[in-house]
Amino acid sequence: MHHGNQISEAIRQARAKGGPAMVAYITAGFPRREGFIALLNAVASASDVVEIGVPFTDPMADGTTVQRSSRAALEQGVSLQWILSELTNAASKPRAPLLLMSYLNPLLAYGLDKLPKAAAEAGITGFIVPDLPLEECSDLRTALNQYGVALVQFVTPVTPADRVKVLCDAGQGFMYGVTMTGTTGKNVAVPQEVLDYFARLKQAAKVPVCAGFGIRSREQVMRIGPYVDGVIVGSALVEVIERGEDPAAFLRSLRM
Amino acid sequence: MKADVSHIDAQAVLAAVMNDAYPDERGRFGPFGGRYVPETLVPALNRLQEGVDRFLRNPEFLAEFHAELNSWVGRPTPLTHARGLSKRWGAEVWLKREDLAHTGAHKINNSIGQVLLAKKLGAKRVIAETGAGQHGVASAAACARLGMPCTVYMGSIDMERQAPNVGRMKLLGATVMPVTSGDKTLRAAVDEALRDWVSDPNGTYYCLGSAIGPHPYPYIVRELQSVIGREAREQMLTQTGKLPDIAIACVGGGSNAIGLFHPFVKDRDVRLLGLEAGGIGNGLGQNAASIAYGTPGVLQGTYSLLLQDPNGQIQETHSVSAGLDYPGVGPEHALLATIGRVQYEAVNDDDALEALAECCAAEGILPAIESSHALAGAKRFARANPGKRILIGLSGRGDKDMPTLQKTLLKNEVTGG
Repeated sequence: MHHGNQISEAIRQARAKGGPAMVAYITAGFPRREGFIALLNAVASASDVVEIGVPFTDPMADGTTVQRSSRAALEQGVSLQWILSELTNAASKPRAPLLLMSYLNPLLAYGLDKLPKAAAEAGITGFIVPDLPLEECSDLRTALNQYGVALVQFVTPVTPADRVKVLCDAGQGFMYGVTMTGTTGKNVAVPQEVLDYFARLKQAAKVPVCAGFGIRSREQVMRIGPYVDGVIVGSALVEVIERGEDPAAFLRSLRM
Repeated sequence: MKADVSHIDAQAVLAAVMNDAYPDERGRFGPFGGRYVPETLVPALNRLQEGVDRFLRNPEFLAEFHAELNSWVGRPTPLTHARGLSKRWGAEVWLKREDLAHTGAHKINNSIGQVLLAKKLGAKRVIAETGAGQHGVASAAACARLGMPCTVYMGSIDMERQAPNVGRMKLLGATVMPVTSGDKTLRAAVDEALRDWVSDPNGTYYCLGSAIGPHPYPYIVRELQSVIGREAREQMLTQTGKLPDIAIACVGGGSNAIGLFHPFVKDRDVRLLGLEAGGIGNGLGQNAASIAYGTPGVLQGTYSLLLQDPNGQIQETHSVSAGLDYPGVGPEHALLATIGRVQYEAVNDDDALEALAECCAAEGILPAIESSHALAGAKRFARANPGKRILIGLSGRGDKDMPTLQKTLLKNEVTGG
């Protein structure tokens, strides 16, 4: 499974230095279209992998923060086409591998025939599609893989053991281990059973495991860190950006 | 995943429809349907599928379901010969009276069936979304009847225009959660219900009210609503000795339409006509007619026809009727439209309101604004095709629409006396 090697490697290398790798999420074009690339570079300077969110009108897996940032981006006319063209034309691009996080419909509208090539040319190494379960993903996955672009799979605390294995067998880039049932952005206490779940997931996974949904504090990162290869910070980072604070400083403050 | 609809072999797919081949084991109606949900919901949908396989055609479950339909919902609902409309339109008009079902619309058929299923599956609470409030009221009533806690998500705009139904839901013991995200109507309510369900996929049963959403919902809703068409077909034969020339229903997500149409799909001589909300025009944002003006895409778990912009962003819709104000349509309707078994047209706000007034005056029946789209479509059909036997699905009563009717049809009336 070599698709998404670059992502897996970046996470492994960061992990080898001690703490979990930092995977940062931003909504493209939020808070403003202008300065998207500069913000991306700032975020990437303090993280190992960056997820770029493609805004969608109906983000059903997301909590209020990402709903808000998505709406603000859409109101400024941010689209997948705009994101890819900004990335392709950027004078300076981060060294950290970039993934696009998008609901399926904007990808379908762009066209699965054109998308993989355009994404690869823009420097995208992987996709995360929260409303595309394994059973429905073969067309997109095949198309992306032709250009070496990975499709990340999710696992959740309610995924049965036999399905965890199937998802891990299909894993590319990293396994997106959801910390809890629910939408993004809620605070999680991280009880022992969640740690046990990550320990089991780590055993089954063939690519690095990253924990996401509700990661907002250094305490959480320290508690989950030993059980995973990386942590995904999304809503908390978007809120920092929304308040006009320094995203890189916030990401560094989460490091162990 | 994505099918180019232009390549469908309509004859082959029609043959498959006649053969009850849909939904297939992947939840597909031809290219449409499927299951596009977050991974967290996959086990819950698998359990729901197991429950459907185990109960939905099980004689004991059906006996319990039909006992509730008969003694509590008030089925069978009558088939009324609309003498006044027949005379005015130059046709033979029959009304399938879902407005006389308990809680005032067809929605109750689905709610009582699904809440019964929820109990069998061991759910601890039921959630539902609602647009016009009819599915919310029906779910609240079914939950009260069967002793389940109920939470209903409703857009804040809909809460205002369907205020009487909000009070009814509360009286029936449901918690009504106002939805202020997104477009603040039915689509945002579905998004919020899905977010609730994602938070507790094991203990919560999501009672979806329309023929939309991820598999197996479009199938469940069709199965539970088909009682409308089965009764109507039998009543037509008993009361007139013949099948109708055409059966007509309004289509938002499409639950009452699929319920009326499904038992007639194999009757090749019966034409089927669905009426979507044409709103105030054919531009994006001016209507809610997903089949007439939409393109294929994925929204809220299913691949169907959607009102979207070229970037795949879902568009806000407009309709005078909250129950039809949705930017997508059930995947089975998308298929039936594509192969031409059902014809779909749009009816605008004004024509629907005019048909509502005409039905009140000619029949002594106040239909819901949703159902009035079917009446307006029937009138148009009757004018173009004189002398036909027309079956109309009168999906609900219009009492809930009084706030809207006060601002439209009644705005020049002086109250007092």
